Amino acid sequence: MPSMLIRRSAMPGFNLAMGITVTMLSVIVILPIMALLMRGLVWGPAEIWATVSSERVRGALFLSFRLSVLAALFNLVFGVMLAWILVRYRFPGKRLIDAAVDLPFALPTAVAGIALTTLYAPNGLFGGIAADMGLRIAYTQAGIFVALVFVGLPFVTRTVQPVIAEIEHEVEEASASLGASRLTTLRRVILPMLMPAALTGFALALARSVGEYGSVIFIAGNIPNRTEIAPLLIVIRLEEFNYNAAAAIGIAMLLISFLMLFAINLIQIWSRRRIGYV
Amino acid sequence: MKLAKNILYMALPLAMAAVPSLASAQSLLNVSYDPTREFYREYNAAFEAHWKAEGHGPVRLESSHGGSGSQARAVIDGLDAQVVTLALAGDIDAIANATDKIPADWQSRLPHGSAPYTSTIVFLVREGNPKGIRDWGDLVQDGVEVITPNPKTSGAARWSYLAAWAWAERNGQDPAGFVGNLYKHVPVLDSGARGSTTTFTQRGIGDVLLAWENEAWLALDELGDDQFDIVVPSMSILAEPSVALVEGNADDEAQHALAAEYLQYLYSPEAQALAMKNYYRAWDASAADPEDVARLPALDLVTIADFGGWAKAQPEHFGDGGTFDQIYTAR
Repeated sequence: MPSMLIRRSAMPGFNLAMGITVTMLSVIVILPIMALLMRGLVWGPAEIWATVSSERVRGALFLSFRLSVLAALFNLVFGVMLAWILVRYRFPGKRLIDAAVDLPFALPTAVAGIALTTLYAPNGLFGGIAADMGLRIAYTQAGIFVALVFVGLPFVTRTVQPVIAEIEHEVEEASASLGASRLTTLRRVILPMLMPAALTGFALALARSVGEYGSVIFIAGNIPNRTEIAPLLIVIRLEEFNYNAAAAIGIAMLLISFLMLFAINLIQIWSRRRIGYV
Repeated sequence: MKLAKNILYMALPLAMAAVPSLASAQSLLNVSYDPTREFYREYNAAFEAHWKAEGHGPVRLESSHGGSGSQARAVIDGLDAQVVTLALAGDIDAIANATDKIPADWQSRLPHGSAPYTSTIVFLVREGNPKGIRDWGDLVQDGVEVITPNPKTSGAARWSYLAAWAWAERNGQDPAGFVGNLYKHVPVLDSGARGSTTTFTQRGIGDVLLAWENEAWLALDELGDDQFDIVVPSMSILAEPSVALVEGNADDEAQHALAAEYLQYLYSPEAQALAMKNYYRAWDASAADPEDVARLPALDLVTIADFGGWAKAQPEHFGDGGTFDQIYTAR
């Protein structure tokens, strides 16, 4: 029976491929995470809790996760919209915009951070307009949000695009011929089909935002309890040679991220059960 | 077998990257702090000429710059620097404590406590000083925004912090209260001095920048003295950036000798003149341009010794739970 656990595929080379996969995964992903957890284990859970529950660390963690969720939600809505436009409509410059969606992947985050700061600082192009209205974007939480939206933008669009391309016009026409209004078609037919892919994109964008450091430190004010993100606090702890506290914050972020991604997966499973695979 | 072969192929690039480059020229990496970029660029050229004139072969001198604390951490984590020239002795102490690459008595191995040049903290304000900032006390006026980096990561910020502390003490104010109030006027905490200078000069944030004296002059040079003014407060602190040889990172005798001479030459009249040209307060003015010397006004300066040395001041003010941490926890 045990041999039945692994279903034989027509493709050869399973053992080799599996070996390489496990080795690479261990070296690149599992080992560093184990090292982090070991560091925390050696230090002791009580100390970790004491570090993580201090006001400043709690503030940084809350800020990081709250803004990441907000940025990912923003990207969820506008990413789906962007994907829809790119797949369903023809307009001049479409390929250019399609290519531009990937730019946040390619651009070094520090470059993005500095460029965004230049634009949104009070003497910058957009920051100046905001300043006239009495608003400050760069060096506030709004600035962090802008940076996180930027780095997370491609994820939703790129995961949803192929799904939209698969949806045939006939489905919408059938819905309409059965008397559904356009809104009902969107709500009951289109969106459920997009849900799983959009959620995957949302999870990816969220994960990316939580870990983002390079672009945010330029546009955030880095003031403790106000504009200090958790990854920056980790770096600050390292620079104080406080490796244990840095590991503690890292473990806290790991756990929260894991729980959040787990929850998103549950929602995905639930939505697949409800509407079936697309 | 196939698997072993595959792993071998995968490991090959890694192994190749690990083999040190077998360049023939001797090399030296100087890990320094933020505002010394311009000085060490010139010094490296001068030292290279000096080294060749002494009959040695070609050298490849490299400098790395960043927040002093981050740079120290990079060396602790294994950055292969033969020489460290950091913003304060405390950061070199940290390397000496965390690794055995620097001997504990490093500070007594070179003249002037291993500080070949010194500097101080002054104020850089916008042209015409619209907020009328003259002294430390003016920094906490309503509506004044102060730009200074994070003392946890920046050397300049630690010197500024202590200078403000000393001013409050001398003027009969509660130093912790005054400094705490000062940091309430700080809208952006960059990680290094250069970042703060950029925030102040390029992004237009803040009314006053607490800056290294050399950094303030540099800002005037680079950006034009019609945009900013330097304000020298009634008193400040003698900032002693320190240098040390990282013995544990010298590959061989030859590199050790190169590193030792690199540091020793900093005390030569030529190098001291170069430091003054770059707005540092050096010790030996014999070869310096009198104009460069005259630019740096005599000033009432407290020293780190007044705070009991870095071994005491570092944990007391900037350690975990120190006076700086209390500013952001007690609200």
